[in-house]
Amino acid sequence: MNMELSRRAFLLTAGAGVAGTALGAFGFGDVEAAYAAAIRPFKLVNTTETRNTCTYCSVACGIILYSKGDLRKGETAEITYIEGDSDHPTNRGTLCPKGAALLSIVKSKTRLTYPMVRRPGSDRFERISWDEALDKIVRVLKDDRDKNFIALNEAGVTVNRWVTSGILAASATTNETAFATYKVMRSTGMLAFDNQARV
Amino acid sequence: MTNSWTDIRNTDLVVIMGGNAAEAHPCGFKWVTEAKANRGAKLIVVDPRFNRSASVADFYAPIRQGTDIAFLLGLINYCMLNDKVQWDYVKTFTNASFLVKEGFTYRDGLFTGYDEQKRDYDRATWEYEIGPDGYAAVDETLQHPRSVWTLLKQHVAMYTPELVERICGTPRDKFLAVAQMVSECSSPTKTMTSMYALGWTQHSKGSQNIRTMAMLQLILGNIGVRGGGMNALRGHSNIQGLTDVGLLSNSLPGYMNLATDREPDLAAYMSTRGFRPLRPNQTSYWQNYRKFLVSFLKSMWGPAATAQNDFGFDWLPKLDVPNYDILRAFELMKQGKMTAYLCQGFNPLQAFPNKAKLVEGLSKLKLLVVMDPLETETARFWENHGIYNDVDTAAIQTEVIQLPTTCFAEDEGALVNSGRWLQWHWPGGTPPGEAQPDTWIMAQIHLRLKALYRTEGGAFPDPILNLHWPYKDPGLPTPEELTKEMNGYIVADVPDPADPAKKLLEAGKQVANFGQLRDDGSTACGCWIFAGSFTEAGNMMARRDNADPDDTGAYPNWSFSWPANRRILYNRASADINGKPWDPSRKLLEWDGQRWTGYDVPDIAPNAKPRDVGPFIMNAEGVGRLFARGMMRDGPFPVHYEPFESPVANVIAPKVRGNPVARVFADDFAQFADVASPEFPYAATSYRLTEHFHYWTKNNHVNAVLQPEFFVEISEELAKEKGVAKGGWVRVWSKRGSVFAKAVVTKRIKPMICDGKTIHIVGIPIHWGFVGAAKKGFPANVLTPFVGDANIETPEFKAFLVNLEASTGPASV
Ligand code: SF4
Repeated sequence: MNMELSRRAFLLTAGAGVAGTALGAFGFGDVEAAYAAAIRPFKLVNTTETRNTCTYCSVACGIILYSKGDLRKGETAEITYIEGDSDHPTNRGTLCPKGAALLSIVKSKTRLTYPMVRRPGSDRFERISWDEALDKIVRVLKDDRDKNFIALNEAGVTVNRWVTSGILAASATTNETAFATYKVMRSTGMLAFDNQARV
Repeated sequence: MTNSWTDIRNTDLVVIMGGNAAEAHPCGFKWVTEAKANRGAKLIVVDPRFNRSASVADFYAPIRQGTDIAFLLGLINYCMLNDKVQWDYVKTFTNASFLVKEGFTYRDGLFTGYDEQKRDYDRATWEYEIGPDGYAAVDETLQHPRSVWTLLKQHVAMYTPELVERICGTPRDKFLAVAQMVSECSSPTKTMTSMYALGWTQHSKGSQNIRTMAMLQLILGNIGVRGGGMNALRGHSNIQGLTDVGLLSNSLPGYMNLATDREPDLAAYMSTRGFRPLRPNQTSYWQNYRKFLVSFLKSMWGPAATAQNDFGFDWLPKLDVPNYDILRAFELMKQGKMTAYLCQGFNPLQAFPNKAKLVEGLSKLKLLVVMDPLETETARFWENHGIYNDVDTAAIQTEVIQLPTTCFAEDEGALVNSGRWLQWHWPGGTPPGEAQPDTWIMAQIHLRLKALYRTEGGAFPDPILNLHWPYKDPGLPTPEELTKEMNGYIVADVPDPADPAKKLLEAGKQVANFGQLRDDGSTACGCWIFAGSFTEAGNMMARRDNADPDDTGAYPNWSFSWPANRRILYNRASADINGKPWDPSRKLLEWDGQRWTGYDVPDIAPNAKPRDVGPFIMNAEGVGRLFARGMMRDGPFPVHYEPFESPVANVIAPKVRGNPVARVFADDFAQFADVASPEFPYAATSYRLTEHFHYWTKNNHVNAVLQPEFFVEISEELAKEKGVAKGGWVRVWSKRGSVFAKAVVTKRIKPMICDGKTIHIVGIPIHWGFVGAAKKGFPANVLTPFVGDANIETPEFKAFLVNLEASTGPASV
């Protein structure tokens, strides 16, 4: 970190500002600069705190995300630290070895960043645009539905089902994602529709 | 959970069986520690391994995996024989006194009505005798030869401590020590809690494992009380919510079901869902089913759902088979009958049984779509990783589209914890690259599909074209918009019957609770059990007041607990027939002569007189069921069945293989090891480690460092017999596949003696694969059998057979 930045961070904090001024007043100008350069800025001073819950198990421990930048102000935000929420009645601030390492799953090297396609028989993924990916998916789904949709069963009863395509819904997503998924998928008549409750 | 994590502090005895909370739910387990430290509570652990929970237990008893029902029926038998029954509770709050129809019998492991060809029962006799008054007949003395109590007593009589030892391998004295501790909780002032997880569900009779403990808890009077209950620890952070919202092949939100082919219209469907009370005065809350259903249909199809078209009932698909569960989906895929498959934050190649079959199925798809924040094995099933994924890449014609999604830290909404708390969370970071929320992806699929149907026409477009999509930005419904739909809202004004000038309900407002829902189309509600979570007063799930009046553990103003912000289910059962708390020091509710008062939202009407209305309001009987009638496919009472792959024959019914009504596909049956097979002599089980979460955390550098490498656990005795060194390589194989692993040779696993035979246990953690930061390794599902629970198709991951040998390890390592 360059000195400029360190010094700015150093002086921004009220206590450090006073200390800086005091040192300056005693005529230790150079010392002050050196001292400022030596101190790492306290990361959490200028972060935004956000309440969230651990993504793993259903103990659902409360956590606090610390970010550089504030999404609520329309800024981009980078999460720099995650800790247990000590006001949370269940975990009271504690986290297990999974919750304690949440930051490195947010920043995992294997996070996905772009839509990709692996073409039939190919040995690699290639980048593809969102539009192209979504159009491809919807084309296959519609063609299959149009071909295999069962409106009436053999007895002539209206059954309106589609059983040749399916979806597995996530189980760490929100209720709200679940409901959107339910509406979109069930309205097609899809039956092979399941979640992770069993495994 | 019937109760909550923070309620465990109120217990006297914790039984961890079918789970390992200290390992898999560490921060929730803290409440066990609190109960031990502050109340002197005891902890019993019953498990094939001396696991992390056992290491802090007051008593540990070993058990062979897949024999829990025999153990639990043994406990019920012990309590009945030794008068360790909370009699007042059993007589008034359970169906012990109900009479069962003439003709119902049980013999040699089977009940009346079994059809071997169909692997199913005709359940007609599994019912109550109905008296001349139209209600179920009862004998309050419990003495009638066909009372549930008499039948249960006969049914469990064979499960003596000796039989338990023969089946379970639990030494008689250990079983009796557990029985003694458990039976003390029949006192009205002593409470036991049951903590279980996938160790009970992942069996071909998983549902009955849980039911047996629930029956024991009823006999001990432990349901509905502080520190008691049936507490499913659950797995993923929102698996409770996904199930609540009904994302299962046969479900509608709020535990309603899709229609079958035998229910051609709404009238036929409702004809079997009247839920007429089976005893006088009972609430039988499901009598409101039609209100919940019509309100759900209104949330799906808005103005297009009208009384004339049965509110769009026909726009929902009907089932020709009981389930299109995950196992059936992959069976269909393998048969070449599936075209496209979408995986949303789900890694089935690791998570479902019999990996070879899964690869075969995925290879026959036209299109696989994976939406995930992380790399998964599923998205790369076509990639050759040597022995870890030995596929012929060029021959696999499946097109795979991988879509990047946001993770929890970039997303907003509610998750439901094991204790049914809906906790809202907020995003703190910007998603990486082009990652998008799942809601956006779903909206895009819907809008594009709708556009194609508009322009091209096609098969029955009505339910897609009419789907209610009222969002401000149709391309990105907000979490708030979606959650308000689930809570429910008023569609049309409803005049007050007392004063037509006034409005009872006003169009456009959020409903305050599910009591306001109506079946005439004037209300809409996406998931009735969530009603009350986002009302005119705002987002109740976002509440963060951690005050806990009188330290009961309820935290009534922290988030929102379904249903109706109730923290303990069946809480009316915490008080006796007159409404006095069984245990004044653990008061939950009390009848003050006019109404119910106390620490929780009562689950019966606040002014329902205590002697009139039973506590189990969702049951037409008003009481808890010791006899399940025809509601379980495999019997109204639980029976000990061996796993499909078992090291011994079933000693109580040698002719019965596995669960007699579990669905098995023909090819899979051929891939089961024979009972007591000399080729596969060892009883294997799979489990989780505290450092890992399923297959995600191998993407996490920290967790990968903590548990870097796949291993199996075996006893010192087996290691000696097979010449396996501590930390040495072994090869483990089942009839479905073979893995190499490092051997952890441990005292935590001991051979068991079952029916005179020595049984060695092999423990297999599940967390490795071929992507991520951890070392490449084998997932446990290379070995596991493709069969599920008879009622809900949870795969039998916890009990199967393998063989094992010392090895020099895979050639490529
Ligand atoms: S920190 Fe651990 S115990 Fe808490 S929710 Fe996360 S995984 Fe579960």
